[in-house]
Amino acid sequence: MINQTEITTEARKEWMGLLARAPDDALMRLWDGIQDRPSFEWLRSPEVGGVMVRGRTGATGAPFNLGEMTVTRCSVVLQDGTVGHGYVQGRSKPKAEAAALIDALMQTSSADDLQAQLLNPLRQQMQAVRSARAAKAAATKVEFFTLVRGED
Amino acid sequence: MYVAVKGGEKAIENAHAWLAEERRGATDVAELSIAQIREQLSLAVNRVMAEGSLFDPDLAALAIKQARGDLIEAIFLFRAYRTTLPRFGYSNPVETGEMACDRRISATFKDAPGGQVLGPTFDYTHRLLDFKLAADGEIPEAPQGPARQEPTPHITEFLKGEDIIQDEPACDETPGDLTRQPMEFPSNRPLRLQSLTRGDEGFVLGMAYSTQRGYARNHAFVGELRIGKVEVEMDIPELGFAVDIGEVELTECETVNQFKGSKTEPPQFTRGYGLVFGQSERKSIAMALVDRALRWEELGEDNLGAPAQDEEFVLSHADNIQASGFLEHIKLPHYVDFQSELELVRKLRREAEERIAPKEAAE
Repeated sequence: MINQTEITTEARKEWMGLLARAPDDALMRLWDGIQDRPSFEWLRSPEVGGVMVRGRTGATGAPFNLGEMTVTRCSVVLQDGTVGHGYVQGRSKPKAEAAALIDALMQTSSADDLQAQLLNPLRQQMQAVRSARAAKAAATKVEFFTLVRGED
Repeated sequence: MYVAVKGGEKAIENAHAWLAEERRGATDVAELSIAQIREQLSLAVNRVMAEGSLFDPDLAALAIKQARGDLIEAIFLFRAYRTTLPRFGYSNPVETGEMACDRRISATFKDAPGGQVLGPTFDYTHRLLDFKLAADGEIPEAPQGPARQEPTPHITEFLKGEDIIQDEPACDETPGDLTRQPMEFPSNRPLRLQSLTRGDEGFVLGMAYSTQRGYARNHAFVGELRIGKVEVEMDIPELGFAVDIGEVELTECETVNQFKGSKTEPPQFTRGYGLVFGQSERKSIAMALVDRALRWEELGEDNLGAPAQDEEFVLSHADNIQASGFLEHIKLPHYVDFQSELELVRKLRREAEERIAPKEAAE
């Protein structure tokens, strides 16, 4: 286990968010390619539930309850005592398990390997999908031009 | 009075077997997969998620398949499933200003920063049936342009500078949750918005249309309409900080409405707000119009007695699962109730005949 204080909250938020949003099949394909699986025990076995999503009145005002989304969560502890949490969108227990184990491993000496073999490719794939949508949206942006008027 | 009567098990079992067969349809036609429904009937999936009040496209697609395309039945299945989920918590309010916009238009400002982005819209199509879709065909890739890197600011932000539009100051008051506490009247704006966003699209549309036709007219412009994905963040107690738990597609509509001003306040535009799961443009605009109509009291307007100003009327009738549950229950056996009514009418008729008969005899 590496020193917890070395891992910034920002970095952990980033990888946990990435894992939560990752499409199931993309994450599981990359996870299946990781040879070094640690042994672990459940602190909380995978559980499917709902989270109430909130918005704000007029986008910036008082919070209101918009509707729920499905979320699956679990927590693991590795043999060296490192704890990992998985909170992922949807109802896939294998995805939650993978996310919790990756969260734990990212706090160990495996972090660099995992970053290179799993998180970087996952981030790139998701960014490519996002960029393609943004580019298609950009192509539908209206370019106004003024017609010459006949009344001089 | 309720009397338990047994019977009909065999008939019910056989009816359900036939339902399964009819759901499948002709077996020489390929069966629909959940993924096909999710990808190719995505606006139906969006409606089920919005009115079922749960964001999960695969599950909504399953509900649509099971309901044979009856969306209210699918929403019913979805709501029933939702109640079985343990509630992990409440998210932080989503930041729609950070949305990755697929579409973003304004009917009020032509040159709004970020531009008019049409997105995958039905607008400007000729609404002619496209028979090419009846045959299989390759779809050419949509053109791409230079993508915007920064978030698109809300249009109301530009009006705020001039103080010409009513502000929506942030607050962190915990909103009521109608999935936990039954609605009580008078309610408040957060509860009204929760009720409207899961309300029946047809009902909310009809109510909004009534305001446009003059029943509490509020002169709405679509200040902004945006569709896209936003990240959802929640505080995780075991971590001690908030992380993203996923992302949802939303449609947001902000209307800019007229306001006369008062003795103490100069004239200022007012606002209506719509926010709905998925690409749900019609619903989102309708929600904003109804939200604005229901704010009459807060904005010091007159109660014109219009249906869209009556929150008890609007909110008590917006939910299609409550409505269809009560409506459809009358088709279930009411043999005993009806028997007592039958007895009553027969008795009344007998008495009436007895009153009339002696009179006729006397004449």
